[in-house]
Amino acid sequence: MDNTTFEAKGTITGPMHASLKHDSAHKHVTGSAEYIDDMPEPAGTLHAALGLSERAHADILAIDLSAVKAAPGVVAVITADDIPGVNDVSSNGSHDEPLLATTKVEFHGQPIFVVIGETRDQARRAARLARIDYRDLPHWTDIDGALENGAPLVVSPMTLKRGEPETEMGNAPRRLTGQMYIGGQEHFYLESQIALAIPGEDEDVTVWSSTQHPTEVQHMVAHVLACASHAVTVNTRRMGGGFGGKETQGAHFACLAAVAAKKLNRAVKFRPDRDEDMMVTGKRHDFRVDYELGFDDEGRIHAVDATFAARCGFSSDLSGPVTDRALFHADSSYFYPHVHLTSKPLKTHTCSNTAFRGFGGPQGMVGGERFIEEIAYAVGKDPLDIRKLNFYGEPGSGRTLTPYHQEVEDNILLRLVEELETSSDYRARRQAIMEFNANSPVIRKGIALTPVKFGISFTMTAFNQAGALVHVYSDGSIHLNHGGTEMGQGLYTKVAQVVADTFQVDIERVKITATSTGKVPNTSATAASSGSDLNGMAAYDAARQIKERLIEFACRKWQVAASDVEFLPNRVRVGTDTLTFDALVKAAYFDRVQLSAAGFYKTPKIHWDRAAGRGRPFYYFAYGAACSEVSIDTLTGEYLVDRTDILHDVGRSLNPVIDIGQVEGAFVQGMGWLTTEELWWDGKGRLRTHAPSTYKIPLASDRPKIFNVKLAEWSENREQTIGRSKAVGEPPFMLGISVLEALSMAVASIADYTVCPRLDAPATPERVLMAVERLKAM
Amino acid sequence: MTSAIRFVLNGEEVSLGDFAPTETLLDYLRLRRRLTGSKEGCAEGDCGACTVLVGRLIGGALRYESVNACIRFVGSLHGTHVVTVEHLAARDGRLHPVQQAMVDCHGSQCGFCTPGFVMSLYGLWMANENPSRAEIEIALQGNLCRCTGYEPIVKAAEQVAAARPSALFDPIERDRAEIMAKLWTIRTSSDTIRVEKDNRQAIIPGTLQALAEVLSDNPGATIVAGATDVGLWVTKQMRPINPVVFINHLTDLQTITEDETGLVIGAGVTYAQAFEVLEAYHPALGRLIDRIGGQQVRNMGTIGGNIANGSPIGDTPPALIALGATVTLRSTAGSRTLPLEDFFIDYGRQDRQPGEFVEKLTLPPPDDEAFYAVYKISKRRDEDISALCGAFYLTLDGEGCVDTCRIAFGGMAGIPKRAKAVEEALTGRPWSWNTVASVRDAFDEDYQPLTDWRATAEYRAITARNLLTRFFLETAGQSQELARFEPEEA
Repeated sequence: MDNTTFEAKGTITGPMHASLKHDSAHKHVTGSAEYIDDMPEPAGTLHAALGLSERAHADILAIDLSAVKAAPGVVAVITADDIPGVNDVSSNGSHDEPLLATTKVEFHGQPIFVVIGETRDQARRAARLARIDYRDLPHWTDIDGALENGAPLVVSPMTLKRGEPETEMGNAPRRLTGQMYIGGQEHFYLESQIALAIPGEDEDVTVWSSTQHPTEVQHMVAHVLACASHAVTVNTRRMGGGFGGKETQGAHFACLAAVAAKKLNRAVKFRPDRDEDMMVTGKRHDFRVDYELGFDDEGRIHAVDATFAARCGFSSDLSGPVTDRALFHADSSYFYPHVHLTSKPLKTHTCSNTAFRGFGGPQGMVGGERFIEEIAYAVGKDPLDIRKLNFYGEPGSGRTLTPYHQEVEDNILLRLVEELETSSDYRARRQAIMEFNANSPVIRKGIALTPVKFGISFTMTAFNQAGALVHVYSDGSIHLNHGGTEMGQGLYTKVAQVVADTFQVDIERVKITATSTGKVPNTSATAASSGSDLNGMAAYDAARQIKERLIEFACRKWQVAASDVEFLPNRVRVGTDTLTFDALVKAAYFDRVQLSAAGFYKTPKIHWDRAAGRGRPFYYFAYGAACSEVSIDTLTGEYLVDRTDILHDVGRSLNPVIDIGQVEGAFVQGMGWLTTEELWWDGKGRLRTHAPSTYKIPLASDRPKIFNVKLAEWSENREQTIGRSKAVGEPPFMLGISVLEALSMAVASIADYTVCPRLDAPATPERVLMAVERLKAM
Repeated sequence: MTSAIRFVLNGEEVSLGDFAPTETLLDYLRLRRRLTGSKEGCAEGDCGACTVLVGRLIGGALRYESVNACIRFVGSLHGTHVVTVEHLAARDGRLHPVQQAMVDCHGSQCGFCTPGFVMSLYGLWMANENPSRAEIEIALQGNLCRCTGYEPIVKAAEQVAAARPSALFDPIERDRAEIMAKLWTIRTSSDTIRVEKDNRQAIIPGTLQALAEVLSDNPGATIVAGATDVGLWVTKQMRPINPVVFINHLTDLQTITEDETGLVIGAGVTYAQAFEVLEAYHPALGRLIDRIGGQQVRNMGTIGGNIANGSPIGDTPPALIALGATVTLRSTAGSRTLPLEDFFIDYGRQDRQPGEFVEKLTLPPPDDEAFYAVYKISKRRDEDISALCGAFYLTLDGEGCVDTCRIAFGGMAGIPKRAKAVEEALTGRPWSWNTVASVRDAFDEDYQPLTDWRATAEYRAITARNLLTRFFLETAGQSQELARFEPEEA
């Protein structure tokens, strides 16, 4: 036995549940973290630029590209005719999303052709020289326009129904109806979409893509090239942000780069300009919610009937599951005894809306919280009291069944909310604010404490699977690969912690490698907050297999029982002796033990029947609560967020500092969605807010002036997730709703809190002022 | 005549005679030098991912300023020191304290914006030993982060300020004397530099007189000072501008002097340079300047440019018109001065003749008895373009009646425009709540605002009226305004 000395350490660096910095932090701050545009370009790399539709809806009568082709540096112009396979990138197989338009355009900014030039600048300049003749067709860009024009639905709607909503609405002591508009949101990942396609021999092509879904990009590229998936390798080391915007939307750029690369047999890089990225790619769906509520004088909900109509854009993309998830979260945290919810996924002549952090859930929840506000102002109570009155109950209370017939089994709402109510001093501050407002003619304040309950799992059951590949090299170093992608959320770090923890080795031994369809196949998108749940478990499974082989080997070699082999920090105890991890690995290698394993995981317990509206779509729920205080200026509608307190549930955190980063960032992004981020299309169907000069995401000076963020350290996932942790990507996004509601309360002060202000989102200064004016006029 | 510009890039002296007049610094760094730490996030100076520092000699001192490399043209770099994120870490690989603080505070997630934040924090760290939270936020107005929610980045700024490390560690402090000497050498010549590529020309005149002559010879030339607007003509509209005349290095245009006529501000003075003087003159103007663009834009953009480009939504024109400012234009034929409001003729049309350039503007001496306020209204408080911007100047006579009154708005018409009807309705009347209430509708005579993505016509009309109310409350000492920081916190 090798008894070489080793550094005796009580613990490893980077176990599960440790607050480890992001694995790339050092590279981020030195500028050495490599994004696709930073990679050395293969010799002869060409560059692509898009030619876009200048009409919202029109027949294409003629396309004259002669000036484009004659422009300096132009090598080729790619149109649909150059696509060897299928001219379609519909992510759901419905064939409603051409890669390049041919005879018809359905939104302003739809790609029609691609210029391939020696330089990006040359390609961009040439792309503007096309002459295209159109015959205009009627267009509509928003939900009202779609409804007025009898727009088709892009996908069949979903209905959720439980109880007897028709009769119980009639029987309710009080009823009201209302309507709410909820705006969309641009992802504004700092790194725009980008792909680099490098042609290989045979039908091969390697594509570096900034995507959350390498497997889908692989499939799309194979479809448009009419080749098998095995010819296409898609790699993703890191994205400069994704937020859902790179779940399906990266495919366009990857496919077009691949088509050009194969046609010209040269590497092709495709990086759209920010404005083009914003005009072409989909966004968060806007919604209009039409609702009827039945309740009693106490404020208890009896029945809810609501329709969630969505601006889906010109194709279906992910609009089906997005609008489904809106309905799944229209209950927010509340038990609706009788309920009827319907979605209306409307076709509009705009870019095709897509996934965005929360995936329809936030819009559903904003609707649900509006219901609470309506009732609170109607019965004259603090909205928080109405919330608590209507929370889901504990098992056995008869108040645990969701509109989709899943039991809420892990409810921690009341504990969470009451802890935050106390720690934020909500009651006293609300009282003080009401006193302040009574004596303040111009500046008014508001405060709101809102909960989050978010269902975790892809509602498409099949997507809840993941793979990982772990190699232990004979020097004891470990190569980790899995199907999840890194977009800044720290997934790579967390999964590396899982592997380090499993082997009990320092995390520095674990090399995190770029996600590649050649290493782990058939992966799901890194989406639905599922990254660490799925890939953490898959990586654990791979590491566990190798570890078991090492144990089996040690038992055999040193004739001990399995219980006598113990993985200690960076060493292994075998009987009464210990040896280093490296030594054990080397010995195992010489004994011809396989030191590589593919891991796999699928989420248990879940199932969903969409047609019946029944099942268990979610493995578990993540919870949270936020309390925000704002001040508004009733002369201009401007406002400030003075303070926010957050208590959020991530189960037993895999990495508390990374999770807190997710919570803070998600809150600010959610707040931005509901306040200053406004998408604006003009009468010609042109998106006019297509750059940061016109589309305003929050700045450092917009974050709450006082910002207290805590994790609910006592929480532990009741399901057997990796380390009993919970998903963190999306749920805290909806903590931002507290800001919208606080603004609403400040406006409500104008009419002495007797009228629900019906403040729509985004609550820009203009919407706040108009709501103030409306209440003043009452 | 010289045909190359000279500057220092990180540790290397560069002589460059091969560039197009509209080549951006960011493209030069990334494509030609493979310095890929600086990122392109928006190519319009709004996100800050491309932030680098540019050091230049100002009045004998070497001052470093954060700028947006994406809209800064290479031709504007003559005699400067460009510092990119690659230059920060020590030669042995140790992180610069600013970088280390970002790591320690978990200030990066996706990391794409991070090099830009590091450079903005570095600029702040050099300029301000102990920044307040308010000052940190102002320094970060030009940097967007979509992941972190900013809290850890602000904490990093505080942490690095609290533990100031040895100056020897810092690459700029280490080489300051040497760099200064190099820049002095470059600037000893006042020859005009012309660089031609693909039949397009960058002209860097050595003196004001040379500028006048260049413009006389090239009346169609585009004058570029800060490039915060012209940069977008190139990166977004891809306008083939030619020739391009750079004036940002002309120190004669960068003077601020005070005499009996008032405050004279050279057209090449940047917002950042003007801030201190203007704030002392008119605190309201200082507050406005702090909300123009981000720090990088304020370091590049000039007040002269804000006027010369004639935008109806430029922030300084209404504020300056209300103060009764005049503008002086110069050409080989001489100079002429006119009231600033007369410079703006119509949408897209200014009173600037071929061959003329804006030389300076003059603010009348402040009147201690006068009331002056500027209110900028935008969707997002900082780094946004005004939906509307209202400026009010008022003096009262002995009876408390309105004596002089100048009200000007941006965002309400095709040009920055005075509210003549409102002014007339107010003049001579008691400055009272009743008067203010009675003149509100006169705004409709002055302005028929448009609806666009920044605001509806209705919102603009209501808010303009309400800003008069705000102004009245302020003059009456009953001001109620939102303030993120108390004065003592700022």
